[in-house]
Amino acid sequence: MVAEAALSELSAAPARPSRGLQVRAWLARRSEAVAIPVAAAVTGFLLFGIFLAAQGKSPVQLAELVWRGGFGSAFALGNSLQRAAPLLFAALCVALPARLGLVVIGGEGAIVLGGLAAAAAAQPLAILPAPLAIPLMACAALLAGAVWIGAVGWLQAYRGVNATISSLLLSYIAIAIATHLIEGPLRDPTSLNKPSTLPVGEAFMLGPMPGLGVHWGLGCGVIACLVAYVLMDRTTLGFAARMAGGNVRAAQIQGLPVGRLIVGFTALGGAFAALAGFFEVAAVQGTANGTLAAGYGYTGILVAFLARQNPIAIVPVAFLLGGIEASSGLIQRRMQLPDATVLVLEGLLFLVVLASETLYGRFKLFSPHLWAAKRETAPTPTPSVTA
Amino acid sequence: MTARSFSRRHLLAGAGALSLAALPSGRARAAGALTVGFIYVGPKDDYGYNQAHAQAAKALKGMPGLEVIEEERVPETNAVEKTMESMINLDGATLLFPTSFGYYSPYLLTQAKKNPKIQFRHCGGLWTEKDPKNAGSYFGYIAQGQYLNGIVAAHASKSKKIGFVGAKPIPQVLNNINAFLLGAQSVEPSITCQVIFTGEWSLAVKEAEATNALIDGGADVITCHVDSPKVVVETASRRGAFVCGYHVDQSPLAPQKYLTGAEWNWLPIYEDFIAAMQAGKGPQNFVRGGLADGYVKMSPYGPGVSEVARKNADAVKAEMMKGGYAIIKGPLKDNTGKEILAAGTAYPEKAAELESTRYLVAGVKGSV
Repeated sequence: MVAEAALSELSAAPARPSRGLQVRAWLARRSEAVAIPVAAAVTGFLLFGIFLAAQGKSPVQLAELVWRGGFGSAFALGNSLQRAAPLLFAALCVALPARLGLVVIGGEGAIVLGGLAAAAAAQPLAILPAPLAIPLMACAALLAGAVWIGAVGWLQAYRGVNATISSLLLSYIAIAIATHLIEGPLRDPTSLNKPSTLPVGEAFMLGPMPGLGVHWGLGCGVIACLVAYVLMDRTTLGFAARMAGGNVRAAQIQGLPVGRLIVGFTALGGAFAALAGFFEVAAVQGTANGTLAAGYGYTGILVAFLARQNPIAIVPVAFLLGGIEASSGLIQRRMQLPDATVLVLEGLLFLVVLASETLYGRFKLFSPHLWAAKRETAPTPTPSVTA
Repeated sequence: MTARSFSRRHLLAGAGALSLAALPSGRARAAGALTVGFIYVGPKDDYGYNQAHAQAAKALKGMPGLEVIEEERVPETNAVEKTMESMINLDGATLLFPTSFGYYSPYLLTQAKKNPKIQFRHCGGLWTEKDPKNAGSYFGYIAQGQYLNGIVAAHASKSKKIGFVGAKPIPQVLNNINAFLLGAQSVEPSITCQVIFTGEWSLAVKEAEATNALIDGGADVITCHVDSPKVVVETASRRGAFVCGYHVDQSPLAPQKYLTGAEWNWLPIYEDFIAAMQAGKGPQNFVRGGLADGYVKMSPYGPGVSEVARKNADAVKAEMMKGGYAIIKGPLKDNTGKEILAAGTAYPEKAAELESTRYLVAGVKGSV
């Protein structure tokens, strides 16, 4: 950094910033996007350490158990990855609409309906070979999720209904509909005390990813995040969506179809969430039942906010949270702490990261102007307030 | 640590071992001790289903040569498989009790096939001969307790209306509702029971609403079958209604209004399993029993129970202690008027038909 700074000082042209300065400005901007969330997460962990110490428990031991239970061995890593898989999809359902300025918190409903749709579709598809039927099951799930969360977008864009509220309420309705169908028309009559749909059958089940022991939801989840990133940050469509999210009025004046963009991207988010339900049915449970509503949709909100709605950042954040949840058992057994301990940690992280949102642009250190400008003229004096 | 062949897996395992070594309170396991793992779907202190198991686990903790490990709030997803694996791999558990109904298929079955040397016993009646031999089921005929609840409730009720808060209309819950009403009707044939289903095992707000609605409808004795009866018991007693408990003794929550309760007593089952393990044998695969076997028990009578009620309930209980007691016996109709059993026929406690109950008996207001 020092050498680079010296070099660029020598080569700095007065008219426009040199390539080196541009890189530094870019780096400054990017490092802000990394440094602030990381600092926030560290603060969250520190606060949690104080909370633990106040309870008379050792924060150091907890840190070691989180490492051991979530990351420190092949088994622990597998455990974390397995838990991360559904969170990837659930977080995308929050992150995509968020780029359009919508806070969608009802992904749970799309997950449940997606799982149910996949399980229901498996019955008429039973005549087809698995390589054909499984993608069709996934399509059924995608459609169900897209319609459900797409409706949230439609209500917002064309009827002015707040997406946060409508998505949450719609998720309750989705779970109620799923419960009704699972315990009524779609119930497997032999599932006496745990009402479930008819099993999709061994042939329609997805095996684990080779060498990992984790189901394919993980691989597809990572791909989904990459696709979402490219779509949002590297295409004109994504640019239009971000513009609509930044300033609706400006987007409309530019002639962007804001309403259709909102419906499209919420539908896409819902489709991703539904895939979590699809994998829960096709790779884990083999049937749809009440445990589809396992809360992944809500943890997904946390993941998306920690990742600051960036699809690429969702991958490491989901892995981190998966690891924290994976270590929860060990924390209970070794430290005699209740399960709620991990929820307290997650809650603290969420709060600190939300609070840190106000810090962007406040540190001169990260200012691209500071780094792009020439050294001599660089630090603009703080504007003096004159009465 | 001798790492001869160095692979990524070894590196990870080594990292894990290092962090274990760094643990300030790394546990030293007594050589030859049996480690038993308990897994609960909710909190251990829920005044309900999970507490019933946790109480037994706590009682076991003093036993020599035994180590008990527990994990609460494990969802009925593949997370429970990881909990089982973690208990086996990291704690050396060789006998596991995943207690929630939804843990069995596919999670327990998968792990039982994967770990043939580990014994798995599941609460419920799901194990069959086709399932792995290192798995098994245990359960209790708790409807007997609800029948006795009904007898005591009928004596305490002035309105001749009693109420039941149920989670889901599944056979186990329906059997309890039917037993509660039939017990009450054995005292007072005109009595009726209103049932409200909340739809889930643990929904505190709906349970409170249901309890209030039952009392508003005139019911003056309430019982329930949800995972944690705490909300129902507290709400009912605050409204001045009597309550009959379920799962564990809830009398501390309503000392004046608690009549009695149908409780699980898992300890003898666990002790038998552990004794078998310590003797080097596999524990039994299928265990069931009721009051007579000591797997179900009644809470002590509360102050609201009259002398007549006590004598009546105690007499029926003595009958049940002989074994083979039939709560569902003919002539019996369901609440839509359809005949369930003709006169002279009965489903005694062990009857397989009770596993697939789909009806509410005449006198129950509600639908499946």
